[in-house]
Amino acid sequence: MKELRVSAIKDGTVIDHIPSKSTFKVVEVLNLSKLDDAVMVAQNLKSKKMKLKGIVKVAGKELTQEEVNKIALLAPTATVNIIKNYSVRKKMNLELPEMLKGIIKCANPKCITNNDMVETKFHVRSTKPLRVQCHYCERYMTENDLEIL
Amino acid sequence: MQKRVARPKKKMSFKGRDVISIRDFNKQEILHVLRTAEKMEKNRKPLLKGKILATLFFEPSTRTRLSFESAMHRLGGRVIGFADPSVSSTAKGESLPDSIKIVEGYADVIVIRHPLEGAARVAAEAASVPVINGGDGANQHPTQTFLDLYTIKKTKGKLSGLKVGFLGDLKYGRTVHSLAHALSYFGVEMYFISPESLRMPDDDLYELKQKGVKYHEVKDLKKVIGKLDVLYATRIQKERFPDPLEYKKVKDAYILDRSLLKGVKKDLKILHPLPRVNEINYNIDDTPHAAYFGQARNGVPVRQALLALVLGVEA
Repeated sequence: MKELRVSAIKDGTVIDHIPSKSTFKVVEVLNLSKLDDAVMVAQNLKSKKMKLKGIVKVAGKELTQEEVNKIALLAPTATVNIIKNYSVRKKMNLELPEMLKGIIKCANPKCITNNDMVETKFHVRSTKPLRVQCHYCERYMTENDLEIL
Repeated sequence: MQKRVARPKKKMSFKGRDVISIRDFNKQEILHVLRTAEKMEKNRKPLLKGKILATLFFEPSTRTRLSFESAMHRLGGRVIGFADPSVSSTAKGESLPDSIKIVEGYADVIVIRHPLEGAARVAAEAASVPVINGGDGANQHPTQTFLDLYTIKKTKGKLSGLKVGFLGDLKYGRTVHSLAHALSYFGVEMYFISPESLRMPDDDLYELKQKGVKYHEVKDLKKVIGKLDVLYATRIQKERFPDPLEYKKVKDAYILDRSLLKGVKKDLKILHPLPRVNEINYNIDDTPHAAYFGQARNGVPVRQALLALVLGVEA
């Protein structure tokens, strides 16, 4: 039997097919290091779909749609499965919503969202390539400008 | 007052609506504002008697403030507000949404000018009364765009099918970005005339391209000035250039002088958001091409129109 690189979890979330280089970014933006339950992280795994992939397994936690949206920004190829009793209970949709609320920071230092208590909002104008527009200062941002909150 | 979020469908009504960005208005709505401004030039009725406008100027701007005040007074309304943010509670650390929630209890409509980009949108989301953006940093100044459009329509008799040149600082000039966006509804051919370092931002060009606008980027005004129906000049600011030598090299190429007007169309109109420094020579002022002082005057009927419309009063 093939040995599993990352052991299975009973309940929780499995984020698979992460572009290998983005694996630890996913861990960071989801604040997984703060969790008390087991978190398993692996990168540079061989994959049929992509050259190298990363995988993150989070025990005892179901990701929210807002958290999934963050992954969609960082790792659009990823798949997110909710696990119950060792089997897949739900496949989460990784499509970006039309509006991203409170997920990314505006790159414009003169935007009101960087200077007052205002939640950021971005309109997703295109996904490939990614172009988002700040709801407030109306500036466009591309993938290179993204800073996840 | 109940705030309207969705765009009007059948009868065009602006009651309760905010005026934050020219991007929020479609072609029919823009034309409705311009038609209302035209009626306002003849109107002497106190349409807004009993209404109060609050002008919240978190950064100084004498002209925008005075023309809003003039517009409100001409319509019989009253004005409260401040022109110096150091006297407001923001100076004590109050958030903008909180400040707006207080002021909305004092007024029927709010005009805000703020140095931070997006501030007017935040104010509009916080307020239950209509909010008009009087300029938010380098972002939007929609009432300026409406008065630019009104001036073009008034002096040329139409907006459609014109050839419009934009001259000078196209990178930082917010009036240029907004006007180009608004004119994209009207089949206007655009000429962006600037030094390389101050060319129209790629984001704006991308938007224009998406809308199928025919545009040209040129460095030499002389090559295209003869084709233009309208020339929208802007100020080139020395401080925008990291290298002063670079500024010296380009500045004269973008100064409008009477000698440049040989060979232009007879009815070419020159607009400028003002103030000018030296980019339009005074010897152009008494030619039939100069439309910039009329343009500044048009700020009053256009702002009268917007105030009346958002307060649900028909001219």
